[in-house]
Amino acid sequence: METVLKVENLCKSFDKEQVLKNVSFELEKGEVLAIIGSSGGGKTTLLRCLNQLVIPDGGKITVNDDVIFDAELGKENEKNLRTKRLHFGLVFQQFNLFPQYNVFNNLTLAARLLAKEKNSKNKGSSEDLKKEYARIDSEAEKILERVGLKEKMKAYPCELSGGQQQRVAIARALILHPDILCFDEPTSALDPELTGEVLRVIEGLKSKDNTMIIVTHEMEFARRVAGKIIFIADGIIEEMGTPEEVFENPKSEKLKNFFSKSVEKL
Amino acid sequence: MAEAFLVKIWNFIIQFVSGINLPDFKTFCEVTLQLLDGFKLTLLIFAVTLAGALPLGLLITFGSMSKIKIIKGLTKGFVWVIRGTPLMLQIILVFYGPGLIFKIDGLNRLPAVIIAFIINYACYFSEIYRGGIESISQGQYEAGQVLGMTKTQIFFRIILAQVIKRIIPPMGNEIITLVKDTSLARVVSCVELLKAAQEIVGLKAIIWPIFYIGAFYLLFTGVLTIVFGKIEKKLDYYKG
Ligand SMILES: Nc1ncnc2c1ncn2[C@@H]1O[C@H](COP(=O)(O)OP(=O)(O)OP(=O)(O)O)[C@@H](O)[C@H]1O
Ligand SMILES: [Mg+2]
Repeated sequence: METVLKVENLCKSFDKEQVLKNVSFELEKGEVLAIIGSSGGGKTTLLRCLNQLVIPDGGKITVNDDVIFDAELGKENEKNLRTKRLHFGLVFQQFNLFPQYNVFNNLTLAARLLAKEKNSKNKGSSEDLKKEYARIDSEAEKILERVGLKEKMKAYPCELSGGQQQRVAIARALILHPDILCFDEPTSALDPELTGEVLRVIEGLKSKDNTMIIVTHEMEFARRVAGKIIFIADGIIEEMGTPEEVFENPKSEKLKNFFSKSVEKL
Repeated sequence: MAEAFLVKIWNFIIQFVSGINLPDFKTFCEVTLQLLDGFKLTLLIFAVTLAGALPLGLLITFGSMSKIKIIKGLTKGFVWVIRGTPLMLQIILVFYGPGLIFKIDGLNRLPAVIIAFIINYACYFSEIYRGGIESISQGQYEAGQVLGMTKTQIFFRIILAQVIKRIIPPMGNEIITLVKDTSLARVVSCVELLKAAQEIVGLKAIIWPIFYIGAFYLLFTGVLTIVFGKIEKKLDYYKG
């Protein structure tokens, strides 16, 4: 098994409050990690650190032997930051689709811009670029088919249901082929009857190539889909293990508490 | 009771209308031509102010949103002063100020007026822009970032169009106000539409040109209303 992601001693504070405290874990290729924990535990912050939307205070992140972040090396310039971000994809709780673009263009916008940048860097011809655009377009169609939205290609985000919007957001992340795809509570903003379609799409992505990190409150889903569970509380990884270990034999009081609270909610 | 009231109103209108001496055709043409001269200046002030204030406003917006505290503070102070004092006062100050304070030759009338207008409107526009920019959710920037877009790409490909859509209604308001504000140029004797009418009224001892120019303003603002309506409609294909 090859290690795709290595997170070592990740730390992050906001003002005086330490939100992540020495978070370390590893992921192998094709592995699905579910992160669970109560509100304010630092789950979103962890994903945002991986995607470099917030810069960690300490620690190291490595993807495929490429050092994404190392506190010792100091600040990255914007350009490097951008290429390093592309190792990760992120699907937001609130979808964050671009309202002025239709579904198809939501998918192709960034991919085309990147293709153009690459083309001019390599001094490619405009023919090459056109070919690349055509490739991106046909891939966008394929991905939309995969998330079941091919017929909505020309629709604008405001014309879609929440579940459909989130599936577009997933497709938009997929088209850039990130090494690791992150989901931050992808169904929390959805009506209960729409969560199913999104979770099915995510489950359908599981393959030996797709490494995923899913922050979720859907315990059933986490248990079924993930190969590894991390329970995070107050910025510390309290427990980590297979679904069986974590769900059937919770060791820490905090996790037991968390589970009994989740049951109460149901 | 109500009937008697209506009759009173009707009588008043009849009296009023018959009191107006309808101009003969020749005077009407003469006056119209003179007013058109004034209207040209009104249009000029309007157009040049827009051309200057729209981009300058964006610059002021960036200043007032700057991370550098001094720039931010200075810009905000400036905007406060400009928005907090009458435009008429600013026109007078720009025109007479240099001569009175520095004992140097002041600006000509029209440039002084235009400078005052541009600065004044740039400040108002900047606040509208700022409101528009700040109303775009952080999530839009972040979505662009995780998709590997540069800051410039994010601004021009994602944010700008959304900002424009949101600021069209308040900008329409402000621009219609500008049409009417051009009449303030008369305080330093720029013969724009209103001043032109006043001069005719003084010279010919007739009152109707003053009402007549109302039609000019209405026509102008009417056209703008339609244009802005069209733009709004055009951007209506999406929400958000
Ligand atoms: N940009 C920020 N500035 C200041 N504090 C922040 C910021 N982002 C997060 N925090 C704080 O960090 C802590 C962890 O927040 P985070 O959003 O990571 O939690 P979470 O586990 O995702 O919670 P939830 O389940 O509610 O989404 C919270 O106490 C929060 O107030
Ligand atoms: Mg969160």
